[in-house]
Amino acid sequence: MDFNDTLEEASFRKEAYNWLKDNAPLREGSKDNWKAASEEEGLKEVKIWQDKLYESGWACMHWPKEFGGRASTPIERVIWGQEISKFKVPGGYLEIGQGMAGPVMMMYATEEQKERHLPAMARGEEIWCQLFSEPAAGSDVAGIKTKSVLEGDTWTINGQKIWTSGAHFSDWGILVTRSDPSAPKHKGLTFFFLDMKSPGIEVRPIKQISGGANFNEVYFTDVKIPDSQRLGAVGDGWKVSLTTLMNERLAVGDAGGPDFDEAFNLARGQDLNGSLAIENGAVREQLATWYCQQSGLKYSKYRNISALSRGETPGPQSSITKIVSANKLQEIANYGMDLMDAAGILREDEAAADQSVYQYAFYGSAGLRIAGGTDEILKNIISEQVLGMPQDMRADKGIPFNEIPSGNK
Amino acid sequence: MNFEFSADQMQLKDIARKFLEKEDAVKRARTVLEGEASYDEDLWKLIIEMGFTATAIPEEYDGLGLGYLELCVIAEELGRSIAPTPFSSSVYLATEFILKLGSDELKQKYLPKLASGSMIGTFAHTEGNTAPTQNNITCEVKDGVLNGRKIVVTDGDIADFAIVSAKEGSNIGLYLLDLKSEGVEIKPQITLDPSRSHAALSFTNAKFQSIGSASDGWENLQYILNRAAVLFAFEQLGGAEASMNMAKDYAMGRFAFGRSIASFQAIKHKLADMFVAVELARSNCYYGAWALSTDAPELATAAATARVSASQAFHECSKENIQTHGGMGFTWEFDCHLYYKRCRQLAANIGSQSIWKNKLISSLEKANQL
Repeated sequence: MDFNDTLEEASFRKEAYNWLKDNAPLREGSKDNWKAASEEEGLKEVKIWQDKLYESGWACMHWPKEFGGRASTPIERVIWGQEISKFKVPGGYLEIGQGMAGPVMMMYATEEQKERHLPAMARGEEIWCQLFSEPAAGSDVAGIKTKSVLEGDTWTINGQKIWTSGAHFSDWGILVTRSDPSAPKHKGLTFFFLDMKSPGIEVRPIKQISGGANFNEVYFTDVKIPDSQRLGAVGDGWKVSLTTLMNERLAVGDAGGPDFDEAFNLARGQDLNGSLAIENGAVREQLATWYCQQSGLKYSKYRNISALSRGETPGPQSSITKIVSANKLQEIANYGMDLMDAAGILREDEAAADQSVYQYAFYGSAGLRIAGGTDEILKNIISEQVLGMPQDMRADKGIPFNEIPSGNK
Repeated sequence: MNFEFSADQMQLKDIARKFLEKEDAVKRARTVLEGEASYDEDLWKLIIEMGFTATAIPEEYDGLGLGYLELCVIAEELGRSIAPTPFSSSVYLATEFILKLGSDELKQKYLPKLASGSMIGTFAHTEGNTAPTQNNITCEVKDGVLNGRKIVVTDGDIADFAIVSAKEGSNIGLYLLDLKSEGVEIKPQITLDPSRSHAALSFTNAKFQSIGSASDGWENLQYILNRAAVLFAFEQLGGAEASMNMAKDYAMGRFAFGRSIASFQAIKHKLADMFVAVELARSNCYYGAWALSTDAPELATAAATARVSASQAFHECSKENIQTHGGMGFTWEFDCHLYYKRCRQLAANIGSQSIWKNKLISSLEKANQL
């Protein structure tokens, strides 16, 4: 049992670090993060950085080389992630394309389509979004209603998608639709990719509880898609969707924001009842609980990395990360604001600069517990796929989709 | 990165599990709990034959000279099977005190016997209804003898000797006392988990041998408790996982409202919560195992983390296992209560959750001093 790299891992780590050092500034402390002046500026900077990665062979490391990837092993991706986290580099915008749309295209698109789209995706030239969820199909994502009708070689799409991150700046999207409403829920779905500039698409931002807008509603009115842009067979859309949902679960990891260290430091500098908060027994017990959670996640990750390092598939422990970290974040945010007493209610821009992380996390953590699989869905996944317990009894099994009650009544 | 037990260690774990299953250690725990015996002597002998008591003792003292990672995997299986033997007292505590702090003479005299199991040792620390501190211990060494009383000493009625904490001047020292010698009175005490025996030990002008010097006795004691905490945590981890699996198996086979109760989300989410607790505890235990086996400077932090995390996991799993069983879980007939009781015993043995949580934060404060 040790924390050391193998020889190959060490040499890869060195190669990655050296390249990064020549091409990006090191972060000066844990709070020195890249932040763009605006979404537009951010997008520009990300594209420039991604192009640099692509030219030097560091883009989409898990992809095959022919599409602009590096054909890296999973452990190399982990090492790259560890090394790049030491540097102040642009990020965001590209994950959905490279993490979810890319693998689907690789599996289901024609050779010509792959050549046209994948390198552009890897280079960051084109941005992709994922059009899955609908107002009446959230956790029950197979319950989508957006209609697709084939006439000749062309499909006509009508309906509405929701929670689509980045739809407003995306060039392309992957889309799942219902082509046969009389078939049972999981049958009758058909999957496409489409140009987001197609006539009939309207993108409306959704205002979040924080006031910001990171995702959108997307309306489809008689949008045309050529049949050549269908991915998988007609009626096989659920099977195709699962490819990306599996990738989504792997992609959503640790919740960013204040963790044990921040809460610990706050308690060591903040007064509570006339002495330092850290001297308070209740505070110490609470901090210990978070430390154990943080440490448990950290070493679970190390166990995963060890499995990858041996060329094995990581165990089920990876499924606990988001559930634990998002809940911990929400509790730590509440605790941090509580320690500031009445002033804790001040919004982040009014709060003391080094303490505003708690106010940010107050909103963000509530969203994290839902995004990429709610706590409840993740617990279903753990109990069904890890522990082997049966599925909940379904009221919609085998019933034609158009006879299933759905949405808000 | 190789943060995993080796193939050999995993094989040893598998051997230990199969052995304890074959010997039906859980059923033996019930027999001890219901009967007059303080422990299962037959199982103890078999455990000794397997070499488990000699695992981490160096070869020069007739041990196997394996490491602590090997001892950790054995501890997990003993916890999983709630084996009713004095293993934790004798191996995680008494052996460690002598191995790490004892003089050469003490090591020569005791370690071979601890390895061969011909002697059982334990640790006597608690005196009253509150955790022992440097200021509240009243057992005292003066003029070459020890006086005072210790309570809830696990295996106190069957041990041949005990390591006893006592004040000497303004220090707290550690002393080895032969429990068969004059001036020692042993009174068995009944606890919530009768599958492990406990006793009160009274000392009247009892003779002793010193373990290390009293001037750093308290620090030495914390060091041994940290080492033992990792091993206790592995027992707790094994017990937690066993409880979780018991709950799952019962739910899968129990039908109500026309369906398996394992298909209800209320039950599934309960099991998912148990799984989360067990996984966090397992990863923290591995970190503790690494720190224990390498004697890392992080041992205090890692041990407290493992201990708190595993105590929490066993608590969660053993109580929710009863809940998942419904009324049957509350019966004497089902095994749920054996784990619920052992959970309490292990949680109490070397200090409560509050104590270890406080130790954890203290060790982090120490590591983060500016």
